[in-house]
Amino acid sequence: MKDPVIAITRLTKRYGSLTAVDNLDLSVYKGEVFGLLGPNGAGKSTTILMLLGLTEPFAGFMKVCGIDPTKNPIEVKKKVGYLPDDVGFYDNRTGLDNLLYTARLNRIPKEQALRKAHQLLEQVGLGAETKKRAGAYSRGMRQRLGLADVLIKDPEIIILDEPTLGIDPTGVREFLDLIVRLSRDQGITVLLSSHHLHQVQQICDRVGLFVGGRLIAEGDITALSAKVFGEEPFLIEADIVCPDSEDLSSLQTTLRQLEGVGSLTLVSGSLHIGCSHDVTAEIARTVIQSGYGLTRLQKRTHGLDDIYHRYFEGGKA
Amino acid sequence: MEHPTDRRALHPFWVIVNKEMTDHVRSWRFIILLSLILLTCFGSLYTAVNNIGTPAKPGTPDSGAFLFLKLFTATDGTLPSFIVFINFLGPLLGITLGFDAVNSERGTLSRIMSQPIHRDYLLNGKFTASLLVVAILFFSLTFLVMGLGLIVIGVPPTAGEFFRILSFTLVSVLYVAFWLNLSILFSVRFRQPATSALTSIAVWLFLAIFYPILIRMAAHAMAPASGIMADPDALMQYQHTVLNFLRFAPSQLFSDATTTLLMPMVRSLGPLTMEQVAGAIPNPLPLGESLFIVWPQLTGLIAATIVCFALSYFSFMRKEIRSR
Repeated sequence: MKDPVIAITRLTKRYGSLTAVDNLDLSVYKGEVFGLLGPNGAGKSTTILMLLGLTEPFAGFMKVCGIDPTKNPIEVKKKVGYLPDDVGFYDNRTGLDNLLYTARLNRIPKEQALRKAHQLLEQVGLGAETKKRAGAYSRGMRQRLGLADVLIKDPEIIILDEPTLGIDPTGVREFLDLIVRLSRDQGITVLLSSHHLHQVQQICDRVGLFVGGRLIAEGDITALSAKVFGEEPFLIEADIVCPDSEDLSSLQTTLRQLEGVGSLTLVSGSLHIGCSHDVTAEIARTVIQSGYGLTRLQKRTHGLDDIYHRYFEGGKA
Repeated sequence: MEHPTDRRALHPFWVIVNKEMTDHVRSWRFIILLSLILLTCFGSLYTAVNNIGTPAKPGTPDSGAFLFLKLFTATDGTLPSFIVFINFLGPLLGITLGFDAVNSERGTLSRIMSQPIHRDYLLNGKFTASLLVVAILFFSLTFLVMGLGLIVIGVPPTAGEFFRILSFTLVSVLYVAFWLNLSILFSVRFRQPATSALTSIAVWLFLAIFYPILIRMAAHAMAPASGIMADPDALMQYQHTVLNFLRFAPSQLFSDATTTLLMPMVRSLGPLTMEQVAGAIPNPLPLGESLFIVWPQLTGLIAATIVCFALSYFSFMRKEIRSR
């Protein structure tokens, strides 16, 4: 791949004795949608604030579009649009006025700003609400206005901090679709932080798993699950009825002989079989041939949910 | 994708100033305070015009001179004079314009800070905007009073009077600037606008009302023997000490400064002995001399304003930018 547009090396941020971000290394490439995934307080927002030069790092280096945000925040902020979580607007101004204010702070000439603002409001679906006071906007509308606000300066990168928090499910879908479309159409790099696994899974090209100020895994979903579940990216669940004289142990021995079968665990009556590749058919055949009854057989690939939980189990242990 | 930025487009700092001024002028609280100030000003102007013929102290030789300045100082006792009203309402105006300057930017602060502007633009812009509003308000008010006075009494001001009135207005703006900065400081420190408003008002009430009372009570207890046996040096010393303590309150500095500027007959702000007065010809002072007398007061006001601004600047720059 090309040079990263966001390059973070050994970034550390401390608040007193608390280490919010710990030796972080991260690269985001041009045009991709990158999801920062982690629980609340994992250091996602702090990292974002450092990328914008709004907070000074304790140690480490960053380059955003080739510029160091600690030394030259203004240049970085010209190229990066940031949507904070729970974005606020000036409630006594209209949505349009709020956009125009941002445009003027970015020194965009008046006519151009007006044209662009109308176009963006149309694009995020607020065309009818242009003249409405921002104070009367609903949560979802505020978030969409926030997206328009981020886009009015024609950014190369947009950073969205928990963008879907507090929006209803349809709203979330529309919002995420909008982000993906923008990224694809205009080649904008998107860095998105969230603790909602499914949303991140839906739209992100790559995901970084962020826990306790550390990036513990990075990559696309398949790569992540390979990393987390090691040799067994596939999980097959089988509900098995034993013949009268037998119990499961002889079947387990037989199954272990199969190529690709790893761990075998019994979880509330069903057998969980971890495999290195897809051996569902072989398992079914083996079970039947051994004289057992098969009532359910299901293949599961690991989603972010499993990945996430695996990490948290690991973290607690 | 470099978007074309227009060098002729307004500098972001002035964009902020512009927006803040519009916010102030449109806000209800400003309109309410403005009508309050207008009302009291015209009230005091009315009493001043009615009493302008009677000298403040019968027998003083200045009854004819500086007629115009009396528009701002004359009163018959029913309504306070213009300067007393400014002394009283000025702080309220400053507090109104500043108490929610920073803490009302919830959710918007991080959004504005992520625009390509320096962090201090926001604070400086808010301060500049409020100060401009106050300056415009006071200057137009002063000119309005002067114009009305001109129509009513029909005597034009002399150049000296005109410049005295201008310096009075400047001192008033400075005085309000102090209260403005104090309330901006509280708006940076406290998360709730209500807390910062109440704190500012508490400080104002304390300095305007309770502080002088406390000082006078303490002074009363420590007063040296008076009467025939009194030691004049000790008495002078005592009076000076009391006055100096009173001058810790900005309202005292303001009233010292404005009284001297608008009453050219005032030649000292402290006590004078009979010996000092004995040879003096009761003549008005030129403007330069009056300014010379109030210079310490002006310096004090400017210093207090700068200290407040520096403190709020410092804590704003160190403030963590977090959303909500």
